[in-house]
Amino acid sequence: MSDIAERVKKIVVEHLGVEAAQVKEDAKFIDDLGADSLDTVELVMAFEEEFAIEIPDDAAEKIQTVGDAIGFIKSNAKS
Amino acid sequence: MFDLSGKTALVTGASGGIGGAIARALHRQGATVTLSGTRAEALEQLKASLGERTHVVAARMDDAADIDRLAKESEAAMGKLDILVNNAGITRDNISMRMKDEEWEKVLQVNLTGTFRLTRAVMRGMMKRRFGRVVSITSIVGVTGNPGQANYAAAKAGLIGMSKSLAQELASRGITVNCVAPGFIATPMTDGLTDEQKKGILARVPADRLGTPDEIAAGVVYLVSEEAAYVTGQTLHINGGMAMI
Repeated sequence: MSDIAERVKKIVVEHLGVEAAQVKEDAKFIDDLGADSLDTVELVMAFEEEFAIEIPDDAAEKIQTVGDAIGFIKSNAKS
Repeated sequence: MFDLSGKTALVTGASGGIGGAIARALHRQGATVTLSGTRAEALEQLKASLGERTHVVAARMDDAADIDRLAKESEAAMGKLDILVNNAGITRDNISMRMKDEEWEKVLQVNLTGTFRLTRAVMRGMMKRRFGRVVSITSIVGVTGNPGQANYAAAKAGLIGMSKSLAQELASRGITVNCVAPGFIATPMTDGLTDEQKKGILARVPADRLGTPDEIAAGVVYLVSEEAAYVTGQTLHINGGMAMI
């Protein structure tokens, strides 16, 4: 399952152009990693694609930190 | 210039005078085109006259589920969607004192809400590919107003405000969002006017003639082209000088 965390962090690094060291589980996408609101939408889209899951809008709104994303995907991903 | 080879476009209201001309023009520039509208037969006729690189997906713009289906089916038919031309529109004219709630709501629902829903539905793919062109056909009356058209003018003005907002949201993703505002154009819609009404209109048009659907289509071709990548949030008025804004 730690694989999921690594894959999530990789997507965040690639998408937001931040250093891997910054992408801690408690890092907030907007406040700590410099994402704008459209970036967060795109991150959710990227997670959906990577993990072949659907993240509904109300769930997406609650995903504010790297850890939130990993947690959601761990409990919803098939692979 | 304005080559659209390899690009894909969805045109709503393609069975109408202006929509048909827009679809033809995009197709002529090399785009693959999906024709949408409510009159399936007219759409099939247009498809037959255009030949290859053409698809038809009939849909109602007052039905949210139908709009989602339209977005999905046109993306599936063409593989992706680069260009959306929101041209579908209706009128239910009446002086405001007599305008019924249904007349107000229907026009807002089709012309404004439907356009927003469809645009929202196609944004995701455009964002992913970092390319998109959205052009909504508004109207001169959305800027100047027109007696008897409070509903239509409100919806068309709404499209302009909506487009400016979307333009700001999406500019950094390679997506432009613009409007084209026709003045009085010779179409089946204006054929219904009496000679006296036409005379009254022409008195206000410095060019002293009605515009043609092709003249509107040419503006759309420009705005959806690669060349217009730096043009966003704008309204292009094509009206023979009737209003200079």
